[in-house]
Amino acid sequence: MEIDNLVVRYGEKAAVNGLSLTVTGGTVASVLGPNGAGKTTTVESCEGFRRPYSGRVRVLGLDPVADHDALMPRIGVMLQEGGAWSGVRALEMLRYVATLHTHPLDIPALVERLDLGTCGRTPYRRLSGGQKQRLSFALAIVGRPEVAFLDEPTTGLDPHGRREIWQLIRDLRDDGVTVVLTTHAMDEAEQLSDQVHVVSAGKVIASGSPDELTEHHTKSLEDVYLALTAPPKRETR
Amino acid sequence: MTTATYSPRPGSAPWPRKVLAHARMEFRLLIRNGEQLLLALVIPLGLLLLLGGTGLGNRLPLGDGAPIDDAVPRVLGLAVLSSSFTSLAIATGFERRYGVIKRLGASPLSRTGLLAGKIGAVLAVQLIQLAVLAGTGFALGWDPAGGVDAVLGVVLMVLCGTAAFGSLGLLMAGVLRAEATLAAANLLYLLLLVGGAILTPVDEYPAGLQGVVRLLPSAALANGLANATVEGVIPWAAALSLALWAVVLGYLVSRTFRWD
Repeated sequence: MEIDNLVVRYGEKAAVNGLSLTVTGGTVASVLGPNGAGKTTTVESCEGFRRPYSGRVRVLGLDPVADHDALMPRIGVMLQEGGAWSGVRALEMLRYVATLHTHPLDIPALVERLDLGTCGRTPYRRLSGGQKQRLSFALAIVGRPEVAFLDEPTTGLDPHGRREIWQLIRDLRDDGVTVVLTTHAMDEAEQLSDQVHVVSAGKVIASGSPDELTEHHTKSLEDVYLALTAPPKRETR
Repeated sequence: MTTATYSPRPGSAPWPRKVLAHARMEFRLLIRNGEQLLLALVIPLGLLLLLGGTGLGNRLPLGDGAPIDDAVPRVLGLAVLSSSFTSLAIATGFERRYGVIKRLGASPLSRTGLLAGKIGAVLAVQLIQLAVLAGTGFALGWDPAGGVDAVLGVVLMVLCGTAAFGSLGLLMAGVLRAEATLAAANLLYLLLLVGGAILTPVDEYPAGLQGVVRLLPSAALANGLANATVEGVIPWAAALSLALWAVVLGYLVSRTFRWD
């Protein structure tokens, strides 16, 4: 995945302002940044939802806007929230999305892995926050994508659930899936990522492996992140 | 421990399978939704029973024939309006609100697949509407004229009406927020029911209004259905009017439809 000097504007405001980054295939890359930094807009540009004002985006060598129909079967997207009809049952939704793909994952195995068996017949609107997250994760990977975009995948999960999702992300990477992770959880980024990209004000302000950014773990990633994204101090009189 | 493998093996299912899956999903969700069923079936059926099964049809200006013969095609028109416009607009508006459109935008279901699936679900609902309303009409003494031409005329009107009103529904859901779509679609449904020549022929409207009312797609749909089943002709002029509406509204949908 290559993003070169991307600019995305909402009216006069540039949400992304000259952002460049590269994600190597078969790795986990985390995109970190404060709220409003341009993370979601960047990822949505890769998913074809945002048209660049200028710059270049390529995912698997394809332009996400111009080659939308060719790219979509090859990527999996986990939205930050929603993404299912309120009245649809969890398993029904998963089966439906699987039907859109040629070689979907084995549904019973995926349901077991993500502990969705107990809520399979529950309407989406009645699922707990954690169940919605796990279903959304399943929907993102059921089509056996080459690249999975995961937006805050463990928000709302209990510690056991988080660890299970972390292991699943590692398994995806080990099986050759490229994972692009957007998260506010520094421990998550530190544990899972091969590369971390810190975004602020629409630009990448730091990139590197967790080991490089934390200077061989002499600092925590959270401390590094806080230092990089600290708001400018006000002058006091 | 599960030994699932996640190695990439992406691919899009064949287009017909995707469309069928989407149509089936939308149809299932629609028939589970009480409000949608009310609009699609209960209101038209109630109106037909009132107009054809009581003396009310004799007191209202439905047309020149027997009340039940005039009521059935006009209530069919209302049913097509409710399923292809009101239900579709509201459902699509809330799909956008719930992120379903976005979710599907990041799936192998293309824009054409999404639209074809939605149309498929609407046509499936209309088959049920036609069966229930025509069956009730026959039970109440409906005697349509025209034989094969009447059947062809009704099918033509349903298809052209669905294209025109479905485009209007998708346009509304594409440019308005979900709540605004809900309000506007219900308001327009009521306005067309009362003032759009659905139940009352255009000739019954005040002379100054007839020219405007005649141009409305609702008038073309209801009058076309009435011409097909009362006079037994294929209503080509009404079909052309609806097709023109469909082309204009479909173009606007193609310019305004968003995946997010």
